[in-house]
Amino acid sequence: METTELSVNGKTHKLEADSRVTLLDALRNHLGLTGTKKGCDHGQCGACTVIVEGRRINSCLTLACMHDGDEITTIEGLGEPGNLSALQSAFVAHDGFQCGYCTPGQICSATAMLEEAKAGWPSFVSDDLEGPDALSDEEISERMSGNLCRCAAYPNIVDAIRKVAGAKS
Amino acid sequence: MTAHQKMDKADSRNRLDDMVQGLVGSPMDRPDGPLKVSGRATYAHEWDVPDMLYGVLVRATISKGRVTDVASSYLIGKNGVRAVITDDRLLRRPAQGGADEAPPQGSKQVDYFGQPIALVVADSFEQARHGANILAVSYEAEGNAAFDPEAADTETDQPEDDQLDQGDLDQAMTDAAFTVDQVYRTPGHNSAAMEPHCAIASWDGDKLTLRGSYQMLNFNINELADALHIVPDNIRMLSPYVGGGFGSKLGISPEAVSAAIAAKEIGQPVCVALSRPQVFETTMRRSETRQHVRLACGEDGVLTGIGHECLVSNLPGESFYEPVTQATHFMYGGKHRKLGIEVARINRTCGGSVRAPGEAVGMQVLENAMDELAEAAGIDPVELRRRNVPDRHPEQDIPYSSRRFIEALDEGAIIFEWDKRNKMPGSLREGDWLIGHGMAGAARVNILSEAKAKVTLLADGSAVVETDMTDIGTGTYAILTQIAGEMLGLPADKIETKLGDSDLPSGPGSGGSWGAASTGSAVFLACEDIRKAIAKKLGIDEADLRLAEGKAGRGDTAQPITEVLDGTPISAIGHIEPGQTLEEMQQATYGSYFAEVAVNAVTGETRVKRMLGVFGAGRILNEKTATSQCYGGMIWGIGSALTEELVFDNRDGHIVNHDLAEYHIPVNLDVPQIEVVLLEERDEWASPIQAKGIGELGICGAAAAVTNAIYNATGIRIRDYPATLDKLLADLPGG
Repeated sequence: METTELSVNGKTHKLEADSRVTLLDALRNHLGLTGTKKGCDHGQCGACTVIVEGRRINSCLTLACMHDGDEITTIEGLGEPGNLSALQSAFVAHDGFQCGYCTPGQICSATAMLEEAKAGWPSFVSDDLEGPDALSDEEISERMSGNLCRCAAYPNIVDAIRKVAGAKS
Repeated sequence: MTAHQKMDKADSRNRLDDMVQGLVGSPMDRPDGPLKVSGRATYAHEWDVPDMLYGVLVRATISKGRVTDVASSYLIGKNGVRAVITDDRLLRRPAQGGADEAPPQGSKQVDYFGQPIALVVADSFEQARHGANILAVSYEAEGNAAFDPEAADTETDQPEDDQLDQGDLDQAMTDAAFTVDQVYRTPGHNSAAMEPHCAIASWDGDKLTLRGSYQMLNFNINELADALHIVPDNIRMLSPYVGGGFGSKLGISPEAVSAAIAAKEIGQPVCVALSRPQVFETTMRRSETRQHVRLACGEDGVLTGIGHECLVSNLPGESFYEPVTQATHFMYGGKHRKLGIEVARINRTCGGSVRAPGEAVGMQVLENAMDELAEAAGIDPVELRRRNVPDRHPEQDIPYSSRRFIEALDEGAIIFEWDKRNKMPGSLREGDWLIGHGMAGAARVNILSEAKAKVTLLADGSAVVETDMTDIGTGTYAILTQIAGEMLGLPADKIETKLGDSDLPSGPGSGGSWGAASTGSAVFLACEDIRKAIAKKLGIDEADLRLAEGKAGRGDTAQPITEVLDGTPISAIGHIEPGQTLEEMQQATYGSYFAEVAVNAVTGETRVKRMLGVFGAGRILNEKTATSQCYGGMIWGIGSALTEELVFDNRDGHIVNHDLAEYHIPVNLDVPQIEVVLLEERDEWASPIQAKGIGELGICGAAAAVTNAIYNATGIRIRDYPATLDKLLADLPGG
């Protein structure tokens, strides 16, 4: 058993768990935060995306015991019914989901992605390494391509993120 | 009160159009949205069940034979392992959609590589997974397994009721002015819903509660009861949120039965979730197909004959087969017809329903062949299709119900500016990219199924809708809320829709695009009954009753519905049954696709630049969720066209690419900002709400628009899907 202190959505949790427990399973099976989803457990789908120390990661690809003292934000920390974040509201208004299973990962990913773009990070489709001036649809799509959606709400996901980013289409 | 209607005749009253609340058809946000975007919707794995153990299934590493020993004794009692389940009731195969009884059981016999053969149960997931990984299993393999559906010595059979030989197609081909005679192949597909299959079983005496991820609870409890040898009344299944189905959760899968057996044996709740590779190996695959298409037409492009003869595969003993020719029977005319299905019996993962079984791959290929015929005859592809829309069913000689195929073609051509395209294949180039345009028709059979739903108008002026129907992302919560609100004159926030509980009045669940029209009709009928009761209280005709914004009355006089109810709730059960209209009319949904692609002249990479779909599916209940369904279908079409392919190793039949890194579903950047247009339509033969199914229509031919565009871009015909780079590289123009 490993003892790990995780700060999740501003609340400190003392986790006593097997060292094999991934951050994803720690959140879901130990802390009861089931908003973070397990789609593949192999880092292939992005459903488990959470924000650790300000960066989006696949929580299935990292062990909980590696995150002692880390600040973690999950979908539950971004907003709740009646007090949704701007991206969460935009996903509802633009129907940026269908079954809803990949959605928390999409929204955590988009939340961190907008910060990356603001910080001038370039992407595969950026024209230069200084990053884009504004997030085009292509930039949004590329930066969100690590989050699979089998319902294929992609056009609406792009609409929702564009709305929040205030970017030009 | 029970309001019953059997669709023995058209319902042309269009009652929903008389209502004034303004909900039905509107692009209302999903009521389940806030829960889903905030991570508060409870999917199968996410219930807080005390003392829950974890089970992990063990897969067979042979393809055919018997399990002779499972060496479990060294595992049990150590490292948290509580039990190793090898019960004879474990499922060998998943249940087909609508099976209503247990699928083949007894996991000592192995039918395919990856089949579940045991369940390791432990205190924690990590302990169970480790136990499953190290469990030693001995086998006695049989050497006579078959893996290749096209091998000469593979046994095949032909389902008797799916063979048609009308007229003389051979002669029609000889006499034709223009013909197409080609063989096409489509690979196997996996539904790959984002939520892996999962079940939590807990027992209270003889009563089993199964929290799982299933599409058709009404059938699933019977499948589970039969598998466990208990009565259905002792089972309650809960699936309020389903993380995608696409056919893979129509029937129960191994996790349901193994969790239930383990929980009973150990005396604690057990959660069994499939790993992603297990989803690929132990749930359903769409069969690969070989499709021999023959088309014959005169100088005028009018078809004289159609041939569509297909080879698909499944495990021995499975009655399901991919119904590839389903839409070919009614889509186009032509007197001489030869349509048939042959099923190869092979030891691969079970074949079953994947989104739009039949049309998804059948229309895809038929619409490729139509493109080839258009070119051979020198007729515009849109015009060729227009000329071949039959007046009556070309085989059964029955009329069509509402069919907006020609409108979809014409409107699509205008919006897409089809007439401005470059018609010479391989001749439009922008830098390194070859640009091409293609189109295809869409069709999907329409199905109405028996459904019940209960609606209660409470004394406080709110209402509750209750049914065991599921919402697998389709928008059921939204549309049932809208129908009830429309009929009862209540805003959406006054309606609570409860779904996914087998204790509630039962319907057909989600599948085959029948859910919305079937359960929606049941809700409509229940509300109609409530309206009659209100009208009676007011002493007026139901036809004159105006219900809006929580008020009831006629004309300008209205009083709060709460006053009319005066403390007494009104409840009704609606009950819809399919009837003669399904037999007497050919019912289907139709549409058109237009696509623009760019094919890289150096690498052969294809990018879809633009895509339009125009669809007619009867009354649209929610413009927003219906559009989303169409996006989904069309994007599945992009996947089918370009990347999706189950790869099997024919030495042992195992799936080589059993995960999302190797089985390539479209990602965000693979998809342009697709345009969807929904045509105004009422199909009075389809249902009392004049709606038809729309969940699958979007995929039924979509891939063909993409590959027809690839032909226009490159001059290369893709007849062996998907259109990966290797299939284009050698013949790229100027390459």
